[in-house]
Amino acid sequence: MAPTPHAAPLLALRWPLPADASAHGPSLDQHLILNLWIAGGLLALVHVILLVGLLSRRRVGEPKRSWIVEYLPLSFLVLLFAGLAIQAEILWAATRYTGADPAALQVEVTGMQFAWYFRYPGPDAVFGRTAPKLVAPGEGNPVGIDPADPPGADDIVTSELVLPAGREVDLRLHAHDVIHGFAVPEMRLKQNAVPGETIHLHFTPTTPGTYAILCTQLCGAGHYRMQANLRVLPPAAFAAWLASKQTGATP
Amino acid sequence: MTPITRTSAPSFLRRAICTTDHRAIGRQYLVLALISVAIGTVLSLLMRLHLTWPEIGLPGHGPILPEDYLTLVTFHGTLMVFYVLTTAPQSGFGNLILPSQIGTRHMAFPRLNAAAFWLTATALATLLSATFAPGGGPISGWTAYPPLSAVASAGPGQALGMDLWLASLALFSIATTIASVNTLTTVIRSRCDGMTWERLPLTVWGWFTAALLSLLAFSVLLAALLLLFCDRHAGTSFFIPSGDLVGRTLHGGGNGSPLLWLHLFWFFGHPEVYIAILPGMGLTSMILGNFARRRIFGYRIMIATTLLIGFLGILVWGHHMFVAGLNPFAGTAFSISTMAIAVPAAAKVLSWLATIWRSRPEYKTAMLFALGFVSLFVAGGLTGPVLAQPILDQYLHNTFFVVAHFHLIMAMAGVFGLFAATYYWFPQISATANRPGRLMSERLGRIHFWGTLIGAYATFLPMHITGLEGEPRHYAQLTGVPGQAGHLLATTIPLQAPITYAALFLAAAQLPFLLNLALSLRNSKPAPPNPWQATTLEWAPEPSPDEEIAAYRVPCSYHEGNNGATFLPQWVSDVSTE
Repeated sequence: MAPTPHAAPLLALRWPLPADASAHGPSLDQHLILNLWIAGGLLALVHVILLVGLLSRRRVGEPKRSWIVEYLPLSFLVLLFAGLAIQAEILWAATRYTGADPAALQVEVTGMQFAWYFRYPGPDAVFGRTAPKLVAPGEGNPVGIDPADPPGADDIVTSELVLPAGREVDLRLHAHDVIHGFAVPEMRLKQNAVPGETIHLHFTPTTPGTYAILCTQLCGAGHYRMQANLRVLPPAAFAAWLASKQTGATP
Repeated sequence: MTPITRTSAPSFLRRAICTTDHRAIGRQYLVLALISVAIGTVLSLLMRLHLTWPEIGLPGHGPILPEDYLTLVTFHGTLMVFYVLTTAPQSGFGNLILPSQIGTRHMAFPRLNAAAFWLTATALATLLSATFAPGGGPISGWTAYPPLSAVASAGPGQALGMDLWLASLALFSIATTIASVNTLTTVIRSRCDGMTWERLPLTVWGWFTAALLSLLAFSVLLAALLLLFCDRHAGTSFFIPSGDLVGRTLHGGGNGSPLLWLHLFWFFGHPEVYIAILPGMGLTSMILGNFARRRIFGYRIMIATTLLIGFLGILVWGHHMFVAGLNPFAGTAFSISTMAIAVPAAAKVLSWLATIWRSRPEYKTAMLFALGFVSLFVAGGLTGPVLAQPILDQYLHNTFFVVAHFHLIMAMAGVFGLFAATYYWFPQISATANRPGRLMSERLGRIHFWGTLIGAYATFLPMHITGLEGEPRHYAQLTGVPGQAGHLLATTIPLQAPITYAALFLAAAQLPFLLNLALSLRNSKPAPPNPWQATTLEWAPEPSPDEEIAAYRVPCSYHEGNNGATFLPQWVSDVSTE
């Protein structure tokens, strides 16, 4: 359901949303703003009807037939909400029904009270094995990489998420302890990280910049300060950053 | 005279505890809800003050720590959802009014009724006692997601405080299940002669549907609470995955899933919001009809939509879990069932609008609050379909946009239903065996209404904006957060102080109500027998013990032509009144 041309100036009005820096973001914003205008419009309409009805002279006699008062507006609302739902499902399906492109950048996200950690698989493109009993944030192994597993030797663990602009990324979300909410408002993304599960989430950042990663699922006393930065770099700068990390990771 | 005579009347305490009179029990529930709402409101003001001025401490307590803030969140939500919005409309006004509206003198199970109240009171005392637990009250919110709620080391208050919370809600679930069986049995078995299903007032349909939902929802909640209790103390692993590492506690047991709790909890939690609001919807319909002197437009549609909302209400729990880790196809299915609720809800709004359209109603305070209910129901309801779209929830989930949505529709519309009920039924609330009821002051009532309506919108409308800006729920403070997150949260700070001032105004607007309650209870002037010229049976003259009660027609029968002044109550048999 694309917005009609005459509604376009309305959609251009500024809504208090943060910057929008992901590939799926603009269509999400457009649908959200359309929804907000419809909700606001219906709210105003109901109150106008309410006030006019209360202020007019009393009508004596039989009420109007119910199909005019009840079924006609109801049919209109059914069509309206069905249209919104269909458009929403199209957008939802586009981002969620299928997995990431196999060529997407792989990053693992781990939430724990009260920090986010990010792991890149390194040149071998394979994540090393992890074990809960090896988790030791104080000793530089916050996600619990098993030193006995060779693919883990070149894994890179960071406390900021660094991504190249314009390339799809496939995140695999984990949580060590309790449920955390991985949220990047400027990427229009939100997905819980659940202990015991691996949840995939894929998206494409478009605009270089630094963005906020929050926790949006109540996870304990430090919930409000559980955050990290997302740094989106131009592809060349990202390659340089990754190379600098790799030289640090390999012994 | 019977040969056995009492030497003295039973003491007040004994009468209060042992009473099985449904009206007395209804009043007890209302007092319990009033205490809970007073505490819950003070807690919400503390939350607002802390969010706005985090450096200010609490006198006698010191600074409000993040865990203190989360305890406030947990207690505020638990008190308001369970001990106010479930007890007052359903058990309070249900007990007080429902039997007389269907023409019976008793609830079906009077002793069970009393037992349910005392279980509820014990549950409330248990909940409040959690504040004194070492480590303080629980911090996991009213939804208590595990493993945060399942492992004592997950945070302060998650040890004994959490156990007391679980015990409180388990008692509450048992009590509410008993109460709902009682309500259902009473409506099915005890209706008077002539009180067909179609002649039932819409309030009774509201209570009946809410009781059906209670029976399903609270039994599932009770099961979930017991499973969580076993995870905490009996070594089971329903909700904790193996290898879960909380602090230094490594869970070595079986492999459970936190998502199971989310399913069980929201299977209860979503019907719960309809349990809170359906009685208010029924009463709003009846009050609009009464003061507009009209039969409610589409009475049958109203009955059907009440049942349909109840039915759909048990099919939509997954819309709380769009980003929780469900299969995305499940998101689509729950989205569609949720959008479907907009249809019966919109049908109700259309009926309300048609009922009062050009009716020149009488603006008694009860009517004002019913109109306020319609306004807030629409304002809060319209953001429902927005949040029901998973792609939009992917941005809005757990932001203040959601807080604004459910406070407008559940908290504010729910409370407006309760205020309408209080002003409308005050003669029934204040009547005792040897003293007729009183009316509340209309002048104070109007001040209360306008203050509350303006305060409600001023508090909750701006929260939509901070939510769109990205303000998450459950944040103990918005300042002092490092990184880019601090910059994002900073954009939401300018509106915090105005919202807090509005919340203080909203709370202050309740003072005329409390004053009105106190003055009206002592008012010497008795209320007329049927002050609102109502047509439903609770306003019929008190029948003598051996008199048959009967209903002769549908409620809201008015004769047009003289402003609807000629009306035929359900209890009047003479059809030839001209």
